[in-house]
Amino acid sequence: MVPTDYYLILSAILFGLGIVAFVFKRNIITLFMAIELMLNAVNLAFVAFSRALGKPDGEVFVLFVIVVAAAEAAVGLGIIILTARNRHSLNVERVDLLKL
Amino acid sequence: MNAPLMIFFVLAAVAVFGAVSLILQREPIHSALSLIVVMVALAGLYLLMGAEFVAAVQIIVYGGAIMVLFVFVIMLLNAGEEERTNFSKLATYAGIPLALAVTGFIAAAIARSGGYLPAAAPNGALTSTKTLSMLLFKEFVYPFELTSFLILVAILGAIVLAQREN
Repeated sequence: MVPTDYYLILSAILFGLGIVAFVFKRNIITLFMAIELMLNAVNLAFVAFSRALGKPDGEVFVLFVIVVAAAEAAVGLGIIILTARNRHSLNVERVDLLKL
Repeated sequence: MNAPLMIFFVLAAVAVFGAVSLILQREPIHSALSLIVVMVALAGLYLLMGAEFVAAVQIIVYGGAIMVLFVFVIMLLNAGEEERTNFSKLATYAGIPLALAVTGFIAAAIARSGGYLPAAAPNGALTSTKTLSMLLFKEFVYPFELTSFLILVAILGAIVLAQREN
C-alpha cells in the first residue's frame, strides 16, 4: 500500500514545477500547458484524498475539473490563435497592450 | 519494498521527469509531448489507486482530446523555437523561490498532518463506474447540468473567436 502522503507530496512537486514553467516560459502555448500541469497536480490530490477517505466524491470533482479544463482549452487556444494572428508572435513579452 | 510502492515510485519519477522536461524543452511541440508523458503517468497512478474510470477519462480526454488540440494549434501557428528575451528580471529572481516556497509550504502542511490519513485505496477495491455515475447523476446532478451549460458557452466563445472579421 502506498501512503496517501506520497501522492500528496508528488502533487505538490508537480504543482511547483507547473509554477516554475508558468513563470519561466515565454511561449504563450507553453504557459497554457503549465496551467494544465497544475490542474493535473490538483486532480492527483483530489483522487488521493478520495481514495484515502473512502468516498468517491473527490473523483466526481476530478471529472468536473477535466470538463472545465477542456472548456478552458477550447476558449484559450482560440484566444491564442487570435493573438498570434494580430501580434505575429507567440512571445508573451510582445503582448503588452495592457502595460503602462 | 512491496510492488505497489515500486510502481508508485516509477510512475512518480516518470511524471516528474516529464514535468521537468516540459520546462527545459525549447520547442513547444516537445513541451506538449512531455506533458502527455506526465498525463499518462498520472493515469497509471489513478489506476494504482483503484480509480479506474478517472484513469480512462484522463487518457481519453486529457491525453487524447485536449493535447491533440494543443498539438493542432502548435502546428497551425507554426510555433518554432522559443525566443529568449531578457525583459523580465522578476521571473528570474522571483520564480524559483516562489515555486520552492509553495511546494515547501504544501509539503510542510502534509508532513504536519502526520499520517492522519489512511493509505490510498484501503482495501485495494476499485471505485466502480456505477458508484461514480450514481453520485454524478443524483447528488451532483445540478453541477453536472451547469457543466453542460459551461461547455455550450465555451463552444460559442470558440466560434466567435475563430470567426474572421469582415
